[in-house]
Amino acid sequence: MKLEEVQQLLPVNIYNNLKHKIKEYKLSGKKEETAIDEVVKAYKKAQICPAESIGIIAAQSIGEPGTQMTLNTKHFAGVSEMNVTVGLPRIIEIFGARKASSTPSMKIYLKSPHNKSEKFVRQLSANILEILLKDISKEINVDLLNLQVEVKLDIDEMHNLNVSTKHITNSINESKIKKVEVVEEGDTLLVKLKGETKIQDLFKLKVQLSELFISGIEGITQVLPVRKSEEFVITTAGSNLKEILKIKEVDHIKTITNDVYEISKVLGIEAARTAIIEEVMGVFNEQGLKIDVRHLMLVADVMTTDGLVKGIGRYGVSGEKPSVLARASFEVALKHLFSAAAHKEIDELKGVVENIMINQPIPVGTGFFKLKLKEDKKK
Amino acid sequence: MAEEKKPEKTEKSKLNEQILEHSYNPKFEILKPEEVKALLERFNAKIIQLPKININDPICKLMSAKVNDVFKITRKSYTSEDSVFYRVVVDG
Repeated sequence: MKLEEVQQLLPVNIYNNLKHKIKEYKLSGKKEETAIDEVVKAYKKAQICPAESIGIIAAQSIGEPGTQMTLNTKHFAGVSEMNVTVGLPRIIEIFGARKASSTPSMKIYLKSPHNKSEKFVRQLSANILEILLKDISKEINVDLLNLQVEVKLDIDEMHNLNVSTKHITNSINESKIKKVEVVEEGDTLLVKLKGETKIQDLFKLKVQLSELFISGIEGITQVLPVRKSEEFVITTAGSNLKEILKIKEVDHIKTITNDVYEISKVLGIEAARTAIIEEVMGVFNEQGLKIDVRHLMLVADVMTTDGLVKGIGRYGVSGEKPSVLARASFEVALKHLFSAAAHKEIDELKGVVENIMINQPIPVGTGFFKLKLKEDKKK
Repeated sequence: MAEEKKPEKTEKSKLNEQILEHSYNPKFEILKPEEVKALLERFNAKIIQLPKININDPICKLMSAKVNDVFKITRKSYTSEDSVFYRVVVDG
């Protein structure tokens, strides 16, 4: 075959490699054609046959290294006490498509001039850190005598975090907590409810006040600037991709969170697919285990084909199989059988599991194809 | 009032562009009707058999895609240079 003929046939990188090698070894004429033929032959041999059960192969390939993973969930990144879920629990979390990641974390990269300046990185870290009222107060008490809540402010901490008393008063007034009156008294804030005051309301108010958002970016509970070769990267505990991307100096191309659900909401389904692959790859690589990316691509594709991130399991992919018997064989058999009977569902017996159950050839491999003999051509 | 609204709008569109530039997002294009027809003929498929993307997806909103539009998605493949994928816009 000629080089031009195989361009459509081969993947781009194999084609380019072949072209490069032909030039390098100065192949021409018959030798060139033989080389191309061999490459095409090898490529075709490496392709998966139609009706091969790749899902099972992917499951085995992910499962086997999974047995060697640590069951330790916590991992301490860097010097600070920031912990990230790793190992098998993290894999389960990603494939289960849990809406809330147990340890959300972000990696914030900065644009070119800013990522070299330590001063700027420190300042930005301080600015994005979420500050609640409880972080800058020594005590929050309910004063039952005067029917009010006393907030004793920590002046040193406030100075460190650059928050003024006026700022706090404004935050309280603008917040969801309504009908309150704030009186400043030295380093103490007295918060009173307007109108008739019940004691339960005061305790409720105390809880609301301690969780009151003062400044920073909501959700970012810890920040840790780290030097990575040349540049500084901010690692955070807690995640708020949408707000972080709004900051002008943040590199919007590389900044990322480890929460797949949040990525699907902010960046879309395709980004979520990439995130699933990258996150799982990251977990395996961290433990020195190697796994072919193709298996993860398959799983990620299955999870995202319907436009939403769906988990592998009862409430996701396995729970939405069209066949009643296949669903019943997975988990909670009775529930599926009863509801199928009530809704008069029909099983088409097109899948693998249901055909195993009724002892018929399964539609996998050679069983996938049906050949019919045309009688008149038999002669 | 009108003057106040304008800068907010530009800021919003800027943020959206940023989403498209993110390294996790591949290249998106909306196919023309005749291209969709050729595609479906090539795969011998109905339009609902294609992988889906929700109409509320940020990408759909940004590229103002309508239901039944088909996205051509050119991903940077892990195993090759580029790989092409298609998604049809669905509602709900």
